[in-house]
Amino acid sequence: MEILVCVKRVPDTSENEIELNSAGNGIERDELVYSINEPDNYAVEEALQIVSKIGGSVTVATVGGEDDEEVLRREMAMGANHGVLIADEVFSGSDGRGIASILKAFVQKGHYDLILTGVQAEDGGAQIGGMLAALLDYPFASLVNSIEVLEGQKLKISREIEGGNKELNEIDLPCVLSIQTGINEPRYVGMRGIRQVASAHIPTFSATELEIGAGTVGETAAKVKRVDYFLHSLGKGAEILHGSREENIDKVLELVAAKGGLK
Amino acid sequence: MARIFAYIMHKGGIVDDSAFELAAAARKIDADASLTAILTGWGADLDAASKNLSASYSEIWKIANEALAYPNAELVRKALQRVLPSNSIVLIAHEHFGIDLAPGLSIKVNSAFVSDVLDVSAVRGDDINVVRQEFGGQVSTHVRCDISTGAVLTIRPGAFKATENLAELGIVVDKSGEVGSLVAGRRYLGTVVAEAGDVDITKYNVLVSIGRGIQEKDNVAIAQELADAIGAAVSCSRPVVDAKWMEKSRQVGSSGKTVKPKVYLACGISGAFQHLAGIKGSPYVIAINKNPKAPIFQVADVGIVDDILEFLPEMTNKVREMRNVAAK
Repeated sequence: MEILVCVKRVPDTSENEIELNSAGNGIERDELVYSINEPDNYAVEEALQIVSKIGGSVTVATVGGEDDEEVLRREMAMGANHGVLIADEVFSGSDGRGIASILKAFVQKGHYDLILTGVQAEDGGAQIGGMLAALLDYPFASLVNSIEVLEGQKLKISREIEGGNKELNEIDLPCVLSIQTGINEPRYVGMRGIRQVASAHIPTFSATELEIGAGTVGETAAKVKRVDYFLHSLGKGAEILHGSREENIDKVLELVAAKGGLK
Repeated sequence: MARIFAYIMHKGGIVDDSAFELAAAARKIDADASLTAILTGWGADLDAASKNLSASYSEIWKIANEALAYPNAELVRKALQRVLPSNSIVLIAHEHFGIDLAPGLSIKVNSAFVSDVLDVSAVRGDDINVVRQEFGGQVSTHVRCDISTGAVLTIRPGAFKATENLAELGIVVDKSGEVGSLVAGRRYLGTVVAEAGDVDITKYNVLVSIGRGIQEKDNVAIAQELADAIGAAVSCSRPVVDAKWMEKSRQVGSSGKTVKPKVYLACGISGAFQHLAGIKGSPYVIAINKNPKAPIFQVADVGIVDDILEFLPEMTNKVREMRNVAAK
């Protein structure tokens, strides 16, 4: 099975506190640690597991710039056969539809039985997979948390729905699936693995090569544009305890006893 | 002005609470808009659900089709494509079905798409401004959305308060005849109900709930010891289950359990909205997190900026000391 996994490099929220920049129009990016978007990593692992069972290859692609090569190499160190960077100045400022249109053009240059994305990017809208499927007229399922390959160009999948329940579906190939975290246990990638793919060739595709018309992607085509970033409190905010740890523990125990009861 | 539609989820003849929240969001976009609810389904359940909406929507479009008895997003999308006028604004609840349906629908009806919307502005020219969040709620953004060819927006459950009622009751319009036959490349097979698990976290007054801040599987014992000492249960957020450190039955959130404790100790939990959606009944929330910017501090009653790996064991020791003193 030929599998394409669409990935994104994002600021790692487990490593960073995301803060506004001084102008208030973006986030402070100077000292951010970036990594692969977490659900995308699960998607790559799932692709690798399918291919190890039934054969085929895994291609990892991202729409971005030179800096994004590092996540492609990381996923190649995990075992992905190919990494592809889809990069062009005219892509900048694309909205979800723009990114999905770029990926569609790339998909149509190759042949893939299955296309995976992560369910959502840290800074995204859980939209690219569903849009890409609609552009390609492929079936789509979101929040996928298990995949079984069936005979006859079909998969049996489950989706995560409310209350921890699972919705089982049969879906025809080719299709697009957005992968939920927890579907598998992504393998560890060590420094040695990264070094082994350090000089692997990563082809780049431009708008011209993908025959993407000017004006169909990028900022001019975008109907959805981020105006600014701001801090927005969902509630009234907690009363922060500033005591010593011992004092705070006493206070918490007092509160637990008063509000819920200590047994 | 574009017409505003809301796609309504329903089950067993009862419409989802989000139906009334979508109406509130629609009125904020255009106070004078004539709102239309669209329901798809089959049989008596669909008819019953359609009748629930007449106080909130001027028209209720009912699409009955046997293929829609279970909501399959691809089939629902095809049905909507056939009935929606061009340039419509379509509102859908941001939960598992909306995530399945909405992005592809926006492509097929050639409209702008914004997901997980928390707030909306009134229409200004061809635009509306909406509020959404990034990085698990650590920052919010204003997003400008060009609605000149319509828009599909998914609305975060709970973000809008259902308030108004219509002076005149809405009418049910049967649109089933406009839909025709429906086939999809994806077929629903059945639903697997979540396993019960060893501990029922919904039964406890006090929950010691752990998140990514617990860092590794061996540290779960730290939370368990505290829970044992105070007569609580240990629950957790999604990353702990993803990492296989705890069973799925311990997870609080929209894809896990809904709990109604009296006290919720959120330990090393960032506070993503999917997690908060599982905490009901307004418990007293005490948050302990190393990151002073963690969104959990926005919604907690009391917050402590500290490392749970040190705080929790000291708290356990303190409880044991108190017990020893009391025993003597």
